[in-house]
Amino acid sequence: MATKASRSAARLMISPAVILLLAWMIVPLSLTLYFSTLRYNLLMPGMEEWAGFSNYYYFLTDPAFFDALRNTLVLVGGVLAITIVGGVLLAILLDQPMWGQGVVRVLVIAPFFVMPTVSALVWKNMFMNPVSGLFASLFKTLGLQPFDFLAHAPMFSIILIVSWQWLPFATLILLTAMQSLDSEQLEAAEMDGAPPLKRFWFITLPHLARAITVVILIQTIFLLSVFAEILVTTNGGPGTATTNLTYLVYAQSLLQFDVGGGSAGGVVAIVLANIVAIFLMRMIGKNLDA
Amino acid sequence: MSTTMRALLGATALCMASGMALAETLTIATVNNGDMIRMQGLTEDFTAKHPDIQLEWVTLEENVLRQRVTTDIATKGGQYDVMTIGTYEVPIWGKQGWLVSLNDLPAEYDVDDLLPAIRGGLTVDGNLYAAPFYGESSMVMYRTDLMEKAGLTMPEAPTWDFIKQAAIAMTDKAGEVYGICLRGKAGWGENMAFLTATANSFGAKWFDMDWKPQFDSEPWANTLNFYLDLMAQAGPPGASNNGFNENLALFQQGKCGMWIDATVAASFVTGADSTVADKVGFALAPDNGLGKRGNWLWAWSLAIPAGSQKTDAAKAFVAWATSKEYLALVAEKEGWPNVPPGTRTSLYENPEYQKVPFAKMTLDSINSADPTHPTVDEVPYVGVQFVAIPEFQGIATAVGQQFSAALAGQTSAADALAAAQALTTREMTKAGYIK
Amino acid sequence: MARAVTNRRKTIATAAAWTIGFLIFFPILWTVLTSFKSEADAIASPPKFLFFDWTLENYATVQERSNYFRHFWNSVVISVGSTLIGLAIAIPAAWAMAFVPGKRTKDVLMWMLSTKMLPPVGVLVPIYLIFRDTGLLDTRTGLVIVLTLINLPIIVWMLYTYFKEIPADILEAARMDGASLRSEILYVLTPMAVPGIASTLLLNIILAWNEAFWTLNLTAAKAAPLTAFIASYSSPEGLFYAKLSAASTMAIAPILIMGWFSQKQLVRGLTFGAVK
Repeated sequence: MATKASRSAARLMISPAVILLLAWMIVPLSLTLYFSTLRYNLLMPGMEEWAGFSNYYYFLTDPAFFDALRNTLVLVGGVLAITIVGGVLLAILLDQPMWGQGVVRVLVIAPFFVMPTVSALVWKNMFMNPVSGLFASLFKTLGLQPFDFLAHAPMFSIILIVSWQWLPFATLILLTAMQSLDSEQLEAAEMDGAPPLKRFWFITLPHLARAITVVILIQTIFLLSVFAEILVTTNGGPGTATTNLTYLVYAQSLLQFDVGGGSAGGVVAIVLANIVAIFLMRMIGKNLDA
Repeated sequence: MSTTMRALLGATALCMASGMALAETLTIATVNNGDMIRMQGLTEDFTAKHPDIQLEWVTLEENVLRQRVTTDIATKGGQYDVMTIGTYEVPIWGKQGWLVSLNDLPAEYDVDDLLPAIRGGLTVDGNLYAAPFYGESSMVMYRTDLMEKAGLTMPEAPTWDFIKQAAIAMTDKAGEVYGICLRGKAGWGENMAFLTATANSFGAKWFDMDWKPQFDSEPWANTLNFYLDLMAQAGPPGASNNGFNENLALFQQGKCGMWIDATVAASFVTGADSTVADKVGFALAPDNGLGKRGNWLWAWSLAIPAGSQKTDAAKAFVAWATSKEYLALVAEKEGWPNVPPGTRTSLYENPEYQKVPFAKMTLDSINSADPTHPTVDEVPYVGVQFVAIPEFQGIATAVGQQFSAALAGQTSAADALAAAQALTTREMTKAGYIK
Repeated sequence: MARAVTNRRKTIATAAAWTIGFLIFFPILWTVLTSFKSEADAIASPPKFLFFDWTLENYATVQERSNYFRHFWNSVVISVGSTLIGLAIAIPAAWAMAFVPGKRTKDVLMWMLSTKMLPPVGVLVPIYLIFRDTGLLDTRTGLVIVLTLINLPIIVWMLYTYFKEIPADILEAARMDGASLRSEILYVLTPMAVPGIASTLLLNIILAWNEAFWTLNLTAAKAAPLTAFIASYSSPEGLFYAKLSAASTMAIAPILIMGWFSQKQLVRGLTFGAVK
């Protein structure tokens, strides 16, 4: 269908984006690859020397590495689960006829606009603080012992904070998808006497499948690199309970200023992220091509 | 396409160029603590004396500041003309030749007036590489009313045993009063500053003369067990996330019987925001009779990166900000208790300043710290609550996470120490200290 | 009868939605309220909700301490600038991918998205060195370039999914009528694409506004946006909740207000191809 001319025009139109991204990827990546083979601490200039694969060896055998790997998966998985389940429920709720729908929608999407650093600071200091936080006051009025969220459920607390930020995004996309659902189909099912749960399972959910995949893809990209929330609230601790891969690489590069080790960690993180990416793409591809 | 972009970029560049001023502008990176922020409010005094110099402040939270200035100076980025750094950075950076020597400051600056302990910490091979803006040690701050209620008297130089006894006696968990508040939040400048200094008084050390980590030694086990037991019996909930700020808030709200932390906190706990301002006493950091006290030494200092094009203007600023006149200026505008403490002998000889309740204890604490001989045994490193090697920040933060986990009850003291020993050995081997 | 049922259902839905909406919004509301309290009221226990001495003192202090307007203006220039340039590069690319798809189009698209997974901390030092040598440190130009690049994949993808929904039949029809490529784009496509472009624009302004790693690490004084402004208020000596709240409110208010006013436009195109 497309002519030869339009094909080359298309290529021309795509190329700036491709070239720029290629440069953005290749230049830092090759430098990172190069640094990762050096013994290179920023605080000791002039001492760079070939280190072979020892940086990789140290990064991969670091006991914190497997914790970080697990934490990364738990964090991404936890937030995805909460935002998708919560998002679907909220979308269904907001799709009902009600008074003041516009205002509610405004309230619900608000957290998406908040800077990660700000939201982490607010949650940590004003809500989760076991002495002066709002949750502590709430627990005390209920006659309970204040719960120390960040010490005793650190990962849960971080998942909660991050979910709060991303729930609006999931809800918005799912709501848009909901609104395109043919309401006659639902009404017909209702006439036939299908119970609400069945209607949800066989009509609403399949309809939302594409939207859910999109939410998973976009959020995963951002969730893999969650960082500010951890730095502000727990510094990756206690122990390594909230150290994810990004934080581990940060600790190497900017606490130890070990550029070699940090670069090796960066390369490992890129490889792992791309494995996740390929996996996701497969899933998305299947779901979006249909 | 690219023309559009170039045009847009050009337009942006033009906007920026038009904003440039003629006078020399110094970009100063500072930490966001109270004394530094007060200085920003007083810069008119400086610009009045130096009309050709304009000041541009970059105020950052401590961790971000450190990360920014270190990246910049190590890559010779040249973004800052004056940097606020601590006693940890000065020996390392000075050795690298990254800082401008301040030996040629004018005579009226009176460099000999600087407190010897502080000056020693900022000098490398006879060169003063940074001028101290304020200095601090750590000490015990306690509630005189609660101490009296417990029927005890705080000695001027308490032992750890006394501290423990008093902490347990003062604790009233139902009434939300906790006998002692200590740092627990993981970080080399947070819980590890406190624990390393404490370990010194227990006879522990980070490394032996061969740079072998010592977390498997008995003194470290004693230190950590004592700390964990004390906090379990008399500490506040959530201690594993408490740093300086959190403990300060607790103390100000009247929820701590004692607090061992930076001497600068004294002006806050006796200040307007504190609900217990008139009931605070001070004592030296505790010891165990081994000849070392558990107090640290730190000085936020102003340094000039070696690459700077504006060295003269920068020196003028550094001299102003750390001068006797600046201290007098703050005293005049904000009162003596708000003067940046811990840098000059003359301040402590000033009869007006001696009236400040915490003046003497601050000076005694600073004088009792010795960064060049921090531990009971001989060690190959300098620094009291830190080890002045580039690897320390990363290692101590990881060790701090282990100890913080032990405080939160997620791991045992023995496991935390074993993990600390393993990870420190690993990093020191990687860095080439252990052959 | 039926009417009564619907009304009752509507009431329940309204009550539930408002409650949940309020809960989700509450942390922001609480921050705003706290910003008007004195420091003592801010940490009062039990907490004070509305009955305290309202004060503007915190805002005055924050304003006196930092140059809010400069940070604000930097944020505006950087987020809007990077988004506009990103759109200028992405619109043709997405258009070509959507209407002249090749065998590799999907792969190219996926590859673009995968560049977003590059962890920024790992490449800070190389980028810092490049920026130093090109004189881009602490310039808005530098930040515009970086933010354009990191958000470009998202922009391309969002536009692509939106463009793909424009029925190709219409283009065919236009071509039959003898429309040139130019007028095809100008008169047929553009009007249909505007909602998608608008919501892409808004989403990317939000993302760029909140980006806190590069904006913080590549700036010092001149180009520092609001993320750096916040970094000067987190954990100073002493917990100053009220001042922190005031600074937080000032940092998020502009984008929040923009988001609210344009939420219809934002939502209209924010489908990522999720809706057929």
